[in-house]
Amino acid sequence: MLETSANGPFVTGKVRLEHAVGMHARPAVKLTKLAKRFQAQISIRASETADWINAKSVAKVMALRAPRHSMIEIKAHGEDAEAAVAALVDLVATDFPDVGP
Amino acid sequence: MSDMVGIVIVSHSNDIAKGTADMVRQMVGGEVKVAFCGGDPDGGLGTNVGGIMDAINDAWSPKGVAILVDLGGAETNSEMAVEMLEPERRGLVVVCNAPIVEGAVMAATEAAGGSSLEQVRAVAEELSAG
Repeated sequence: MLETSANGPFVTGKVRLEHAVGMHARPAVKLTKLAKRFQAQISIRASETADWINAKSVAKVMALRAPRHSMIEIKAHGEDAEAAVAALVDLVATDFPDVGP
Repeated sequence: MSDMVGIVIVSHSNDIAKGTADMVRQMVGGEVKVAFCGGDPDGGLGTNVGGIMDAINDAWSPKGVAILVDLGGAETNSEMAVEMLEPERRGLVVVCNAPIVEGAVMAATEAAGGSSLEQVRAVAEELSAG
């Protein structure tokens, strides 16, 4: 269901979106907030033919409108790229759990 | 937390202002300070400068405060409230040209990442740029 690989200067990951309503507002906010914790440049797309978008832009992530069962691709480069991809893949794979206070 | 831009929501309706603030807290989390002001003191529709200034003080952060407004008077009264702040704080408060609910959620999401006031404003206003 998910894979992470080092591909040139990019770390990439893939994960299937299981959230019942797809990438709507709350999942988009959680994904963006998590992405912002990393220094790496992070891009995501919801299909192989789509343009990559900046995972740290909440407006763009919300506008993905990725439906349930979409394959979300994540790529990152930068010092903490590996940790960033792992964390984002985990967030999607665990269905965007509530965290923190 | 003081290292994040604060968010102020100003609506003619107290219900809308409160509901928008609730949405931000639930969707983005409690780490960003969110204050709201809506309705006139008698419980009717309206906005008032004093209430907006109180909300700015409640949401105050050294990084600044972004205000999201609904219509007409909410914007002019917010601008007036900013002008009535001490000169050294005036430059740290902006009224965003963005839809109130969407703008508040996006601005707070950006603020939660520790972004500057200008970045927070830009993200909120991205929505209007279409």
